[in-house]
Amino acid sequence: MQINGAQMVIEALIAEGVDTVFGYPGGAIMNVYDEIYKQKDFKHILTRHEQAAVHAAEGYSKASGKVGVAMITSGPGFTNAVTGLADAYMDSIPLVVISGQVPMSLIGTDAFQEIDAVGISRSCTKHNYLVTCAADLPRVLKEAFHIAATGRPGPVHVDIPKDVTAEIAEFDYSVVLELETYKPHIKGNPRQIKKVMEAIANAKRPLFYLGGGIINANAAYEVRDLVQKTGIPAVETFMARGVLSYDDALLIGMLGMHGSYASNMAMSETDLVIGLGVRFDDRVTGKLTEFAKNASVIHVDIDPASISKLVNADYPIVGDVKNVVNEMLELTAGVESKKYKAWRETVQNFAKLHPLAYHEDTERLKPQWVVQRVGELLGDSANISTDVGQHQMWTGQFYPFTRPRQFISSGGLGTMGFGFPAAMGVKAATPEKISINFTGDGSILMNVQELMTAVGNKLPVINIILNNNYLGMVRQWQTLFYDKRHSQTDLSVQPDFVKLAEAFGGIGYRVKTKEEFDAALKDALEKNIVAFIEVVVHRMENVMPMVPAGGSLFNMMLLEKKGDK
Amino acid sequence: MNDNNARRVVSVIVVNEASVLSRITDLFSGRGYNITSLTVAPIPESKYSRLTIVTSGSVRVIEQITKQLHKLIPVLRVYEHADLVEKEMAMVKFPANENIADISTLCEVYNGKIVNVGENVIIVMVADEPKRVDNFLKIIKRYNPKEIVRSGAVALER
Repeated sequence: MQINGAQMVIEALIAEGVDTVFGYPGGAIMNVYDEIYKQKDFKHILTRHEQAAVHAAEGYSKASGKVGVAMITSGPGFTNAVTGLADAYMDSIPLVVISGQVPMSLIGTDAFQEIDAVGISRSCTKHNYLVTCAADLPRVLKEAFHIAATGRPGPVHVDIPKDVTAEIAEFDYSVVLELETYKPHIKGNPRQIKKVMEAIANAKRPLFYLGGGIINANAAYEVRDLVQKTGIPAVETFMARGVLSYDDALLIGMLGMHGSYASNMAMSETDLVIGLGVRFDDRVTGKLTEFAKNASVIHVDIDPASISKLVNADYPIVGDVKNVVNEMLELTAGVESKKYKAWRETVQNFAKLHPLAYHEDTERLKPQWVVQRVGELLGDSANISTDVGQHQMWTGQFYPFTRPRQFISSGGLGTMGFGFPAAMGVKAATPEKISINFTGDGSILMNVQELMTAVGNKLPVINIILNNNYLGMVRQWQTLFYDKRHSQTDLSVQPDFVKLAEAFGGIGYRVKTKEEFDAALKDALEKNIVAFIEVVVHRMENVMPMVPAGGSLFNMMLLEKKGDK
Repeated sequence: MNDNNARRVVSVIVVNEASVLSRITDLFSGRGYNITSLTVAPIPESKYSRLTIVTSGSVRVIEQITKQLHKLIPVLRVYEHADLVEKEMAMVKFPANENIADISTLCEVYNGKIVNVGENVIIVMVADEPKRVDNFLKIIKRYNPKEIVRSGAVALER
């Protein structure tokens, strides 16, 4: 059929089964918004900032497993969205982000709201396109969705000049994609998988190192089977929280900079690392030369460039982790769970020696308690988002995650301001679940305008603001490594968070005690509207344990025993 | 230490489309890899272009470069050459009053010749292995070259 470029965008989104688009209109994308006005097949959620539109699309994608879609205009609309693109790129989140561009005839003339968008997005997207004629649009959009979702997922940016959205051409979405240069390797090498299973059978102290790639590949339940069947203990990265249920006896915990003592010690003592969908991030490994230095390394990943990038893999397997784990499950006959009994006990002893813990305080609430309490009260019924900072690490440490896609956080880029818009996307994708955003008094102000979006679109996200009147994580580093010079981290000057929420039509609470917190949470759930629960917490609480940046995993700063001070 | 910064030649076959060259060069600058030289031209009767990149780095860095290049969507193939034939061209402009006969003889030794004689300048070209081109450029210094241009290397595996 002959339609214009703007109509093609709509038809393509419908053909891709998109039900929600997050966006913000503007001059160059107006033709597309005109078509959005005319259609009823998908919902458009108007955020109040382009960055939030992309984060919401990320949250939507992470909770649903589908490709997230965001739409923005040229120039500042696009540059505002760049942080979102970079965030999705670092965390391998499949997105299609469509931006308007000035008309072809004006490109290169420094026109109003013109910026070289594809030039900017090139280094923070999996791929990008500047569409120069409407006839290319069906193919480009189909490629964009395909590339975003396959292989190692990631954001794809499509920049469409305004005249292209008005141009009429043939639209046929049944075009068969011929991507001769893009063929992700899905199936792991069978011989290599066999060798891996032999290595596991021969290992004395093997350890599963589970990463976010497992969630991207929808392989968490297969991995649960593999862990059960082999009886091998497992550590999770921050991005992998929920792959195993928190109460799985074989789950040691989270490893890395703020990982548990037992997890980091297990990684230091293991003789065989079984890495699944991981990328050996510096926040996980600490000092590379000391990382798992007694171990051989198995590394399964869909991205060949991730393998042996930082840590040499003795058993590299390029493939989709779900495929590979399914093959591994067929070959577990030689692996005897009872052989690792002593190793499991060693790990349990590590956990007993320094369990993940905190000390209660009589005067002020401890932030860890708040996370734990929400876990007790809501557990599996909530999806949990976070912003970035101390509260994020406490959530990773203390929330009892029970399933994949329950936890949505900005891991790789560490984007403050991510949590609230992401939680709106999560709520849009999974309305049957409660959507909680743990945030800090610093982070929440970075996208606080989204209160309006959440109220307007009835996305009742409950934001739990752990307020310590500090940029807490930076303050923690200043306390520990900068001789307590708290440069520019004191946030004593603050808005009235209760009134702020109310001004937008939400509801606000300020709580200082456990009873007040329980009551506020209960009330917010009952009212089912957007809420701020500001929890006044201990100002100087640090995230512990901690591996100082560049240090070895086994050299942790630990929680001071009570009375040590 | 030499091994840590060995010279390598990488050939990349890419779809000949807009901004594909920026994708390649952005990757090098963004990840902190070196480019000593880069040549690119379309492959006849195909939709592809071939780039020849001379770079340097340790074995691990070179492995990362080839993998990262391959990850780019329009990249069809990446060759990291072990056994190759490599050629580079250079052109040099001399004042016309220099000893043309000597220059001409030198050029012949390096697979070259005089390609233009003007009123004030002569232009010569040579085409040889990059190391020999280095050598040629060292030797001709005594003839007061006014301008030198090198093409960057092209290579084919044996």
